[in-house]
Amino acid sequence: MDDKYVDFVVDTCLAAGKIMIESGSEMYRVEDTMHRIAQNAGVQSARVFTTPTGLFMGVDKTGSVQIEEVKERVINLEKVSRVNDLSRQFAAKLISLEELRDCLEDVDVNTAEYPLWMQAVGTAILSSTLMVLFMNDYDWYDFIPAAIIGTIGFLTFYFAKKFVNVRFLAEMLAAAVLGLLATAAHTINPAMSSDAIIIGSLMVLVPGLALTNSLRDLFAGHLLSGIGRGVEAILTAIALGGGVGIVIRFLGA
Amino acid sequence: MAYPLQILVNMSFSFLATFGFALTINIPRRALLLCGVSGMSGWMTYWWLMQLGTGRMIANLSGAFIIGILGIVFSRVRKMPIIIFNIPGIVPLVPGAPAFQAVRAIVDGDIDNALRLTMKVGIVISAIALGFMLAQLVSVLTTRISNNKKKRQMEQTL
Repeated sequence: MDDKYVDFVVDTCLAAGKIMIESGSEMYRVEDTMHRIAQNAGVQSARVFTTPTGLFMGVDKTGSVQIEEVKERVINLEKVSRVNDLSRQFAAKLISLEELRDCLEDVDVNTAEYPLWMQAVGTAILSSTLMVLFMNDYDWYDFIPAAIIGTIGFLTFYFAKKFVNVRFLAEMLAAAVLGLLATAAHTINPAMSSDAIIIGSLMVLVPGLALTNSLRDLFAGHLLSGIGRGVEAILTAIALGGGVGIVIRFLGA
Repeated sequence: MAYPLQILVNMSFSFLATFGFALTINIPRRALLLCGVSGMSGWMTYWWLMQLGTGRMIANLSGAFIIGILGIVFSRVRKMPIIIFNIPGIVPLVPGAPAFQAVRAIVDGDIDNALRLTMKVGIVISAIALGFMLAQLVSVLTTRISNNKKKRQMEQTL
C-alpha cells in the first residue's frame, strides 16, 4: 500500500467527516463513518480525532496525517443522510473509492434544500401550532399573528445570516424584530398576548436541540464536542434572550 | 374545550409542528411523515402523563424515551441515521415557554423567579437527554439479546 493511496483514503474520510460535522451529525457517527470508510478501503489502524471546529486523521506507521477545519455548523440532515448512504454503498462495494470522493464533493455542493417558501410555510406552521400547545389554554387569538411573526423572524434570520458573518448577531437581530412585532401586535389589539406570540415565533430559532445534543455528546464521552456545542447553544440562547429583552425593556411592554 | 377535541388538537398540532420544523432543517423527503409521527407520539406521551400528574420530569423523560425508541425502529426500517427522526421529534418537548419566561423575569429584574425558571429549563433538558439514553440502552440490550439468540441457533444447527 503506497503512501499516495493512504493519503487519498485519509482525504476521503476527512471530506466525509467535515460534511457530517458541518451538517450537525453526532460525533460518534462521524468517527464511526470515518473508521468504516478507512477500513473498507483497506486501511486498518486509522486514528480519528474530532472536535466541532476541526478534525484530524492519521494512519499508524505511515507519515499520513491530515487536518480539516470546520467553520460553519448548521443543521442539514439531508447531507448527513446522503453521506450515510454513500458510506453504506461503499461498504457494499457498489462504488469505488474515487467515485465516493466525487460523490462527497457533489453532496457538499449540490444537496438540494427545500425552497425558501416551503421553509417559511414550515416555520409558520411550527410557530402557530407550538404556541397553542405551549400556552395550554387553546389560545386561538394569537394563532395567526404567531404564524406571521414567526415567519418574518425566520426570514430576518435567514437574510441577516448572509450579510452578517457572526451567527449570534443575526439571531439577536431576528429576536429583536420578533419582540418588536409582537409588542406592536399587542399595542394594536390588547387581546393578543405578546408573550404567547414571542414564545411561538421564537421556537424555530431556540437552541433546545443543540443543548440536548450537547448533553448527549457529553454523556457519550465526547467531552470536547459536548462542551463546544453546549457553549454554542448557550450563546445562542443569550443572543435570543438579549434581542427580545432589549426590545421589551425599551418599549416597557 | 371538550376532551376528545383536545386530544385531536394536541395530536394534529404536534404532528404539524414537527413536520414544519423538519422542513426548515432539510429532512429528506421520504422521512418527513415518520418525523411527524415521532413528534406526535412524544408529545402525546408527555401530555397524557402531565394530565395524570406525574410532573414535568417523568413526563419529559418518557416522551423522549418514546421518541428515542421510535427513532431506533424507524432508522432500522428506513436505513437512515437516527438523528433524522430524533431532532425534529423533540421539538414539541423543548422547554421554549419556561426559557422565555426566564428571560422575561431577568429583564424585569425578578432574579428569584429567573433562577427558578432557569433551573426548570435545565431539569427538562436533562430529562430529555436521559430519556434518549434509556432508549439507547434498550436498543443495545435488544441487539445483544437477538445476537446471542442467533449465535445459539447457529451453534445448534452446526
